[in-house]
Amino acid sequence: MNRTRTAWLFLTPALLVLGVFFILPVIGALGLSLTDYDLYALADIRNLRFVGLHNYWALLQRPLFWSALGNTFYFVAVGVPLSIGASLGSALLLNSPLARLKSFHRTVLFAPVVTTVVAVAVIWRYLFNTKYGLVNYGLAGLGLDPVDWLGDPHWAMPTIIAFAVWKNFGYNMIIFLAGLQAIPPELYEAARIDGASGWRQFRHITLPMLKPTMLLVMVLTVAGYFQLFAEPYVMTEGGPLQSTVSVLYLMYDDGFKWWNLGVASAVAFTLFGVILAITITMLRLMRRREPA
Amino acid sequence: MNPRLARWLVNGALLGCAAVAVLPLLWMLSVSLMPPGTASSLPPPLLPAHPTLGNYRELFSRTGMGRYALNSLLVSGAIAGLALVCNLMAGYAFAKLRFAGRERLFQALIGALVIPAQVAMLPLFLLLKYAGLVNSYAGVIVPGMATIFGIYLVREYARNVPDELLEAARIDGAGEWRIFVQIVLPLLKPVMVTLTVFTFLAAWNDFMWPLIVLTGQEHYTLPLALASLAREHSEDTELMMAGSVVTVLPVLLLFLALQRHYLQGLLLGSVKG
Repeated sequence: MNRTRTAWLFLTPALLVLGVFFILPVIGALGLSLTDYDLYALADIRNLRFVGLHNYWALLQRPLFWSALGNTFYFVAVGVPLSIGASLGSALLLNSPLARLKSFHRTVLFAPVVTTVVAVAVIWRYLFNTKYGLVNYGLAGLGLDPVDWLGDPHWAMPTIIAFAVWKNFGYNMIIFLAGLQAIPPELYEAARIDGASGWRQFRHITLPMLKPTMLLVMVLTVAGYFQLFAEPYVMTEGGPLQSTVSVLYLMYDDGFKWWNLGVASAVAFTLFGVILAITITMLRLMRRREPA
Repeated sequence: MNPRLARWLVNGALLGCAAVAVLPLLWMLSVSLMPPGTASSLPPPLLPAHPTLGNYRELFSRTGMGRYALNSLLVSGAIAGLALVCNLMAGYAFAKLRFAGRERLFQALIGALVIPAQVAMLPLFLLLKYAGLVNSYAGVIVPGMATIFGIYLVREYARNVPDELLEAARIDGAGEWRIFVQIVLPLLKPVMVTLTVFTFLAAWNDFMWPLIVLTGQEHYTLPLALASLAREHSEDTELMMAGSVVTVLPVLLLFLALQRHYLQGLLLGSVKG
């Protein structure tokens, strides 16, 4: 029918772009991860060989892969709760009836989100400079010893986490704020008449009512934080002692520095598998705890 | 709790958070105006003793920042414009045009959102290499010409367009394309602004894909130029901060001007995920 043809004509440009530049490459990545595509194959495709699951197998025996995975998990496990805590805290403050200048504060708190990661990561490098940085100057004012924030393997990842929280908390803050504003005020009124304290209102009204929002925020933030790349690229170049090499950093190095595109594709697919498994687990756990 | 104390606590905490959020940006601006070498001293200066625009002059004359800014503008503008067209058409089709398999196709697209974009990057690089698009503006632009998020956004918005309006136009003998351009598009204006701001900001701030596909400096966008500058000139704090200002200020101003649209898009896009 004519109507159907029109619909497909409207869909064609977008589907063509997504198909050729996204879906096709994803399938291609799966294929690529089963080959030994490297610099020689790049020069002449006849050097390409099918190697089955060898890339994945080799990955599991590679210490750098495990430390990259460990670093990424560290970043996610510490960064996501801190990030969500900061978002929820600032949303609660903004939603408080006592707060003044709400829209001004909302704009200011959201500003880091729209900034360019690379540019603000550069700022943080100087703020956390060991010798001249303001952070260490502040510590000295408190009588504490200077910390080599980005040069000490124990401190580099915490510094990157602090940066990521600062950069990203505003995003979820806006989502939480909308969730808070959707809670009917009558619930709080009833609780107040019953004499419930502020904390108990938060525990028994705010948190349960925010649950769907919380689930959404968690899924989005975990998936986003697993894709750590630009921060270590700019702030530490993966160092010191490879303590900030993330999985994507490894993929970038393998693929575009050493041109082992087969290996790098296996890294990419492993990351995808990890994100997928964790997302599904989170959804299942949250659903199960839901009262029937 | 004493209500006056509570008010003090809430507003004090808010001010504290706001300070943490914005001080690094103000510090960047301040240092960018300091004469070279003066920021690296003890105690670290907060304000320039003798403000100067010298770093900006240096940046544009010696490091070619002007060219990179134009590259960024060109690439982000092209992506925002082209993605707007593709996403509007597809989003409208999913919302208002009937065809077999519509819901299933849409669900498949939403499902594909779980795939991280980076998974596609390695084969995409090869594809563009064989197409001769590596190290060109087109290489950066082409993969961004349509987004699932954008299609979703337009579809959510376009569903509110009344069917009767479209039917009436069809009965009057208007063609589908004319209906889209003359009736639907004017109604979609708000979502068009939202989508354009969103895509433009994302393209401007994008780092990993341009880093992969642009192998030569002449096509660098601002984030790439800044990252490579940071590796060469890491001692020139003041120069680097001027570079950061040039990179961040345009998007920050754009956001401030169109804040309402941006935040609406953020909420609309994350209601259902």
